[in-house]
Amino acid sequence: MSENSVSGVDIELVDVTKHYPGQRTAAVDSVSMRIPAGETVVLVGPSGCGKTTTMKMINRLIEPTSGKILLDGDNIIERDADQLRRHIGYVIQGAGLFPHMSVEDNVGLVPGMLRWKKQRVSDRVDELLDLVGLEPEQFRHRYPRQLSGGQQQRVGVARALAADPPVLLMDEPFGAVDPITRARLQDELIRLQEELRKTIVFVTHDFDEAVKLGDRIAVLAQGSRIVQYDAPAEILANPADDYVSEFVGAGAALKQLTINRVRDVALDEAVTVEIGGDPADAAERARSAGRTHAVVLDARRRPLRWLSLKDLQRPDALRHVDRDEDLETVSTSSTLNDALDSMLTSSHGVVLVIGRDHAYEGAIRVDTIMKAIEELSSSTDDTEPAA
Amino acid sequence: MSETREAALELESARSHGTSWARWVVQPAAILVMFAGVLAYVLLAEIGNVESRTLNVDTLVGLTWDHIKLSFTAAVIVVVIAIPLGIVLTRSWARAATPFAIGLANVGQAAPSIGLLVLFAMWQGIGFWTAVIGLTVYGVLPSLRNTMTGLQQVDPRLVEAGRGMGMSAVGVLRRVELPLAVPIILTGVRVSLVLIVGTAALATFIGGSGLGALVVTGVTLGRDNVLIVGAVMIAALALLIDWIGRVAEEIARPKGLS
Repeated sequence: MSENSVSGVDIELVDVTKHYPGQRTAAVDSVSMRIPAGETVVLVGPSGCGKTTTMKMINRLIEPTSGKILLDGDNIIERDADQLRRHIGYVIQGAGLFPHMSVEDNVGLVPGMLRWKKQRVSDRVDELLDLVGLEPEQFRHRYPRQLSGGQQQRVGVARALAADPPVLLMDEPFGAVDPITRARLQDELIRLQEELRKTIVFVTHDFDEAVKLGDRIAVLAQGSRIVQYDAPAEILANPADDYVSEFVGAGAALKQLTINRVRDVALDEAVTVEIGGDPADAAERARSAGRTHAVVLDARRRPLRWLSLKDLQRPDALRHVDRDEDLETVSTSSTLNDALDSMLTSSHGVVLVIGRDHAYEGAIRVDTIMKAIEELSSSTDDTEPAA
Repeated sequence: MSETREAALELESARSHGTSWARWVVQPAAILVMFAGVLAYVLLAEIGNVESRTLNVDTLVGLTWDHIKLSFTAAVIVVVIAIPLGIVLTRSWARAATPFAIGLANVGQAAPSIGLLVLFAMWQGIGFWTAVIGLTVYGVLPSLRNTMTGLQQVDPRLVEAGRGMGMSAVGVLRRVELPLAVPIILTGVRVSLVLIVGTAALATFIGGSGLGALVVTGVTLGRDNVLIVGAVMIAALALLIDWIGRVAEEIARPKGLS
């Protein structure tokens, strides 16, 4: 994680207040917080608590009534608003792609405004589409309505990253997609952030999402009052007051599974065989390992599908293997919670772990997770008084 | 899964092309029949001495040309007024003026067209430009209203996304709002044009030339054939303008919209 250098900058809010004319109470009431460079800070709170207003003041879509906002030490009020925004990535719910522009044009908008040369913009578009897991050849000329919700959201992220801004503002970006796609997009964001180390301000009302994504979480109440600003594990273990505990909700111990990631546990191995390999040998290895299935990998070591010992009896079993579109996989940055979820959906009691370029890394079994839960509960018992 | 979705999308767009296809062919065919019918009648039928002074190809072409000139001049002025005004009235700082402007345009259209033209003639004297002004007032509403509707139906989140990325207000208008509003604006312009082409027949009462002259001649001389030729020509011209407008809308529709 630490080998990637931080490309983000510090953000500091000093007594920031937003008071709309005609309203008795301030929407954001004298908020001060420091968001360290390269961290993901999640603003979480009920709707109407002022979290979005707070975020939008950072790129001056909403002008603060009073207070200072420092970006890398400079007061943003002194900068031209349009210029400022070109250096702050902005992702909104439903991606907000312009429907009359192709994927390429959407992603290339900010670099275009910054007067990059055509070739440089074009190269950057390819690079970014690759980064968010969309094949440039296949997607650059498509229009938003030809994309699924998840794909649109990926393009939205690519667009926000286009000019390599140090800061990324994300306003409930994954609120409008189905739960499976949401989990996948969250995983991708975590992976991206490990590579890029931007300063990300992420707004959501979903506490589980906050726990999963945040290096720190700010739990906000009315007027954007910061009730607790801490690392997720700390908030789960020691909620500051009843408001926070209520927000954390039931099952705080189980939610710890959302903090721990697949890479944090020792991975199991599955019996693997490359396509075109020898079925008899694979069957023999599976039998000696006490397994009933082996997983077939393609030439780039991406898992294709599980084959049973019976399947492997056919001599040509490995000559041609179709990709199993429903094959359950998780990435190394997935949470243990997601892994458990996939495991319960798959029929094997085991889920494959994939890393970079979707290549096989290992497997996770139920007992791996059980062990992790045991360790977690013993550590929380120390800090939590007996009920 | 994504492949079936794509297939569905393709099917959907193919289907919508299928339905509009018929209209695109039927309407110009009807227009052709109408023009051809008039031409055949004028060239081939036995036409009396009195009528032949108006029912000859030269006069018909001349009157049609006058009619088009009158209509297009008014339409150009309508576009030049309505679109910028519609843009201004949808800006947040000008919202207060919106009901007033729409009300005024409504009065322009609600007033009986012949009354409006005569009023203008009494004020400005008769002639081409008086007719143009009258037609402009009469035809401005659809263009204005559609410009406003077209801009208002643009998802405000897209406008905010544009501003949030660092586009200026003008940039968002030019690159996001207007392109997305183009189909609706063009529909308004087409309706204005068709309205103007139809109403331009009345210009003949206030000294503007045009196909309305045939109708008036037919009525005053009691010659039904002159009256009918005039009416058919006006209808065919309005339909032709409507069809050209639809083709233009289809061509100008931004790619990527359904």
